[in-house]
Amino acid sequence: MTDVATGTIRLEKLTKSYDGHGKPAVDSLTMDIPAGEIVVLVGPSGCGKTTTMKLINRLIEPTSGRIYLDGKDVTRENPDLLRRRIGYSIQQTGLFPHRTVADNIATVPRMLGWSKDRTAARVDELLNLVGLDPDTYRRRFPKQLSGGQQQRVGVARALGGDPEVMLMDEPFGAIDPLNREALQNEFLRIQAELKKTIVFVTHDIDEAVKMGDRIAIFSQNGRVEQYDTPEKILSEPANEFVSSFIGAGAAVRRLSLSRLADVEVPDNWPTVGADDSADRRRVAAAGTDRDFLLVLDADRRPVGWLPAAEAAEDGRTVPLLGALGPGDTLYEALDRMLTYSSTGHVVTDAEGRYRGVLELDSLRTLIHANNSAAGQSQEVS
Amino acid sequence: MGFYDFLSGNWPEVRDATVDHAILVLEGLGIAVAIGLPLAVLIYRTVLPRAVVLGIAGIFLTIPSYALFGLLITPLGLGNGPSIVALTMYAFLPIIRNAVVGLREVDPAVVESARGMGMSRAKILLSVELPLAWPVIVTGLRVAAQLLLGIAAIAAAVNGPGLGNLILQGLDKAGTPFAIYLTIEGAAAIIALAVLFDAAFALLNRLTTSRGLSA
Ligand SMILES: Nc1ncnc2c1ncn2[C@@H]1O[C@H](COP(=O)(O)OP(=O)(O)OP(=O)(O)O)[C@@H](O)[C@H]1O
Ligand SMILES: [Mg+2]
Repeated sequence: MTDVATGTIRLEKLTKSYDGHGKPAVDSLTMDIPAGEIVVLVGPSGCGKTTTMKLINRLIEPTSGRIYLDGKDVTRENPDLLRRRIGYSIQQTGLFPHRTVADNIATVPRMLGWSKDRTAARVDELLNLVGLDPDTYRRRFPKQLSGGQQQRVGVARALGGDPEVMLMDEPFGAIDPLNREALQNEFLRIQAELKKTIVFVTHDIDEAVKMGDRIAIFSQNGRVEQYDTPEKILSEPANEFVSSFIGAGAAVRRLSLSRLADVEVPDNWPTVGADDSADRRRVAAAGTDRDFLLVLDADRRPVGWLPAAEAAEDGRTVPLLGALGPGDTLYEALDRMLTYSSTGHVVTDAEGRYRGVLELDSLRTLIHANNSAAGQSQEVS
Repeated sequence: MGFYDFLSGNWPEVRDATVDHAILVLEGLGIAVAIGLPLAVLIYRTVLPRAVVLGIAGIFLTIPSYALFGLLITPLGLGNGPSIVALTMYAFLPIIRNAVVGLREVDPAVVESARGMGMSRAKILLSVELPLAWPVIVTGLRVAAQLLLGIAAIAAAVNGPGLGNLILQGLDKAGTPFAIYLTIEGAAAIIALAVLFDAAFALLNRLTTSRGLSA
């Protein structure tokens, strides 16, 4: 069993019954959590997500079953030592109100016996990682932070001892949608660097689709109805429960899984160079029935729209609205189309250079291709 | 002879009685804390033991003070013994109840995340729960101190030390002009001690409570 990757978790026939409650909160759950991935537990309230998560770090002791970490049975290991290897962050943050931000983050490093210097360096590193300036925030107390900043410190504290595994119970739950999205994005960026094994609990399917490499959909009693990638769950829900849980918007949600970097974007839009002569502009305008030409600078970066009717006159351009980058998804493209009434939306590559232009029609073609690629044989509307 | 002349005449006596009084109260308080605080830690998460302990401490407080001091003469004789024990018994309720309330008010999410990070039970108690409950515990001490300062005057009735002796002398001399002076001296010194103790506990609270907890 020694060849198991660090951070692998296996739950085997885990059961938790509370005395005097008929059905177990978690009933014979078996689940493999691969190292370095974000596994999201999602499901309706009371289905046993939190219980499952706390079984992993044994804040709740199982009635029966086994827990393996790195292939080693930890069901009987000293729970305090086990927990120092597992980061834990919860919605209420649970920060120590009587300790400074730095002391909070230093909690686990100190228990692990790290030196003062190493601990202090770790605190600063983590504050930077979660986007808080160490010099400003190190000495603050939790109540001197906004809710979102507290959540960031909570995540930093959970990362304190550089654990191989992180358990996060609705860590962004108590935050307004705008900040939550920012935190989610930052967290994904951090995870791309750290590659921890993360068990993430939420009851928001959108958050699950966004955050998860894999999603486990729970119904009552900790029963896992489907455990798969977001793509698979959205396109091939295993049963009635899963389809009703992901709801009517599954087709739209799936759009948020396709990045523009991965799709073909039509690149036949008429373009002119910013330094082109009036003649060349007139020729370009004459060769198309589009109302606007796209103006590119010397590096082929889009700078604006040139009305075809005025192509010959001295290039007043209309500004680009809602340009799309490679990280944007089909969902964002559609959203942009609906937000701005302009017909075409420029798509750029990672360097900001022109890749193509999306219109409602070409986007519809992409969406349809996306749906059939995902295995959905739906009627074309 | 006016009050000030009288006071300058028996000033050493007033001063010694005041010091004795303060010491008596601190002794009662100290023993009550030494017993009450660990007891509170043992019972705050339980149901029945908590109800029993708080119930008994409540009963202590309702025994009329003359009766309690008197009852304690039988096992403990006269003087310091019964005085200290009686004051300890009166101090239990505010001290234990505040400690229990303070510990129970600690946010469960804070304790859970402490456990989740691998802190031992003892460490959580010492470095999380008690510091968070501390302002409430100190308030209990402050209330107990005020309570004991008044009650300690009864100690004189069982030959105990303190300012009660001045008041008792005053009662003995009832009808003479000095009676009222002695009583005023005793009462005024108790009030002065009360103000002093209150300020001291306020300062203690300020100095020992984390800035993260103050408003
Ligand atoms: N200490 C407890 N004693 C008895 N029953 C409990 C206890 N804790 C949880 N339960 C029960 O176990 C079940 C699962 O609870 P759990 O907290 O895991 O749900 P959850 O999926 O996290 O829900 P939510 O989304 O509301 O947080 C629930 O039915 C709950 O009532
Ligand atoms: Mg929960």
